Amino acid sequence: MAPLGANEDAKTTNGSGELLSETAPMEKHPAPLTARNMFARLAGIGVLLLGVVGAFLYLGGWFSPQKLTPARFVDEFERVSGIHSGFRRNHAKGVCVRGFFDSNGQGARLSKAVAFQSGRVPVVGRFSLGGGDPHATDDLSTVRGLGLQFSLPDGEQWRTAMIDLPVFPFKDPQAFYDNLVASQRDPNTHQPDPAKGAAFLASHPETARALAIIKSHAPSSGFDNTAYYSLNAFRFVNAEGASTYVRWTLAPVQPYEAGTGASQDKNFLFDGLIASIQQHPLQWHLIMTVAQPGDPTDNATIQWPEGREQVDVGTLTLDSVESEETNPARDINFDPLVLPAGMAPSNDPLLSARSAVYSQSFTRRAGETKEPSEITPSEVRK
Amino acid sequence: MSARTTTDRQQFTGSMRFLHWLMAAMVLAMLGIGIAMVASLGDYRRLVSIHRPLGILILILVVIRFVNRRLSSLPPFPATMSPQERFAARASEALLYTLLLVQPLVGWGMLSAARYPIVLFGSLHLFPILPHSVMLYAVLRRTHTFLAYLLFLAFVAHFGAILFHALIVRDGMLSRMAPWRVRAR
Ligand code: HEM
Ligand code: HEM
Repeated sequence: MAPLGANEDAKTTNGSGELLSETAPMEKHPAPLTARNMFARLAGIGVLLLGVVGAFLYLGGWFSPQKLTPARFVDEFERVSGIHSGFRRNHAKGVCVRGFFDSNGQGARLSKAVAFQSGRVPVVGRFSLGGGDPHATDDLSTVRGLGLQFSLPDGEQWRTAMIDLPVFPFKDPQAFYDNLVASQRDPNTHQPDPAKGAAFLASHPETARALAIIKSHAPSSGFDNTAYYSLNAFRFVNAEGASTYVRWTLAPVQPYEAGTGASQDKNFLFDGLIASIQQHPLQWHLIMTVAQPGDPTDNATIQWPEGREQVDVGTLTLDSVESEETNPARDINFDPLVLPAGMAPSNDPLLSARSAVYSQSFTRRAGETKEPSEITPSEVRK
Repeated sequence: MSARTTTDRQQFTGSMRFLHWLMAAMVLAMLGIGIAMVASLGDYRRLVSIHRPLGILILILVVIRFVNRRLSSLPPFPATMSPQERFAARASEALLYTLLLVQPLVGWGMLSAARYPIVLFGSLHLFPILPHSVMLYAVLRRTHTFLAYLLFLAFVAHFGAILFHALIVRDGMLSRMAPWRVRAR
């Protein structure tokens, strides 16, 4: 901005300007401002500009350092597990799979999504273990994850990330975060502080109840005979425009076998999956559980009552397995809110939070050099 | 368009003024939505689903606006402006136009490079405009943040300059873009 003097100059010398002498609206020179008036106006301008900047900083959370943001959530995952270049900040250890979904058309009365019209769509996916360490030792009690991407014929996509727990231990993102903080290992003892864990459970009775349900389901022997749950509720809209709330489950065709956990090597769960899929294609039924009015759609720690209508909408077949290093699924963000028309989120607070945090994790890992995966291409071939 | 029409008017044409205020509101909203959504867990999903279609609408409007500007006559600068100020005004206009064109393209491009479906609403989605590469996504995602901050700074400077002219110099600069009709004096 030119200093005031320059404007005074321009005023007195404007006769030389090109079009200006005839056209510019300078007939009435405004009366000069008094020094005090001038100061007041300059101050007013300053306040307005600062106000605009302040409003944006406020929107960006600069004045609320305690607010839980996607970046702070991912920072906490990194504090717990360290930064492993190129890997997901949670569910870091995994292998990729391919296959297809055969819809039987039964889902069409719930949702108009193309995925539920009769027919086959290609699927890529990723089996994973919960936690931010991509080289963790497989353990039967570690949460198992399955991310899937359904590529629909018209370019739409449906992505979902499911786990093997029948309920989620945390009702909202803050609870998940607070638990991460509470379970952080002491740098000296390398153990989480049991007092903090107990305090967390005492203040989160819904987590204690969910953990009791989870403990009553003994983990199966492998990835292939596990059921996977959406946990979060979604709103389906059918061709008539009618809405229903559903949760879905992938129910394995492979028979349940309890895990024994005896003398296993580091990658026994992944090696088991690779061996199994190389023997025969693995299959799951996709089951939609339909809510009744009043069933909680905003709280993944609570199961819906027994006897809710279940609709088998088709079969997922996974018939090939690959290391993360050679499969596109590594570079997919299995954001649970990538949904086709006909499927929408419920009011579950976990959903928007997951979308935001996954995006942050994805952005960080996308720009990093990709370190070799624990399950290497040769591990998959052997 | 003859040179004479240019000299007749003191105001931008009605369509230019309309587009200016419409887009000013949209761009400010986009900056606010963008900044708020990346800091929010609860509102992220709602805000992103407004951010994408509104950003694409800005892309369409900026093209219309630029063409409209080329076809319209422009009012001359007020005589109070020194050559340096005119240069600064032209440069900041060019910067704003460029940012309004490039920023939504970067948004579209980064989602393309990550192979996200670029959903506008319902089943309506855009085709990807860049090859699949997460490294490219990461670079463009950072560029999107950088350009957003640059756009914000350009807006603050623009706003400050207008306030300065309206309140201190009082040369009728604001009336050139006023939403209402200002008769030539
Ligand atoms: C607020 C709650 C949650 C947070 C903050 C969270 C956080 C994360 C993060 C940061 C990732 C890595 C994303 C990436 O880089 O691509 C991830 C992956 C994953 N999450 Fe969550 N998660 C939450 C809830 C859930 C729930 C409820 C489920 C299951 C229903 C789930 C299942 C998974 C699975 C299966 C993956 C791995 C997907 C893949 O292979 O890319 N998460 N989570
Ligand atoms: C004039 C147009 C636009 C403006 C002013 C704008 C502004 C912004 C801002 C301020 C942010 C937050 C940046 C940060 O703090 O890191 C952002 C993020 C983002 N924008 Fe835009 N944007 C525009 C157009 C678009 C378009 C057209 C798209 C896509 C079609 C898009 C997609 C996104 C996405 C996906 C994010 C980041 C979400 C995340 O990281 O989780 N933007 N934008």
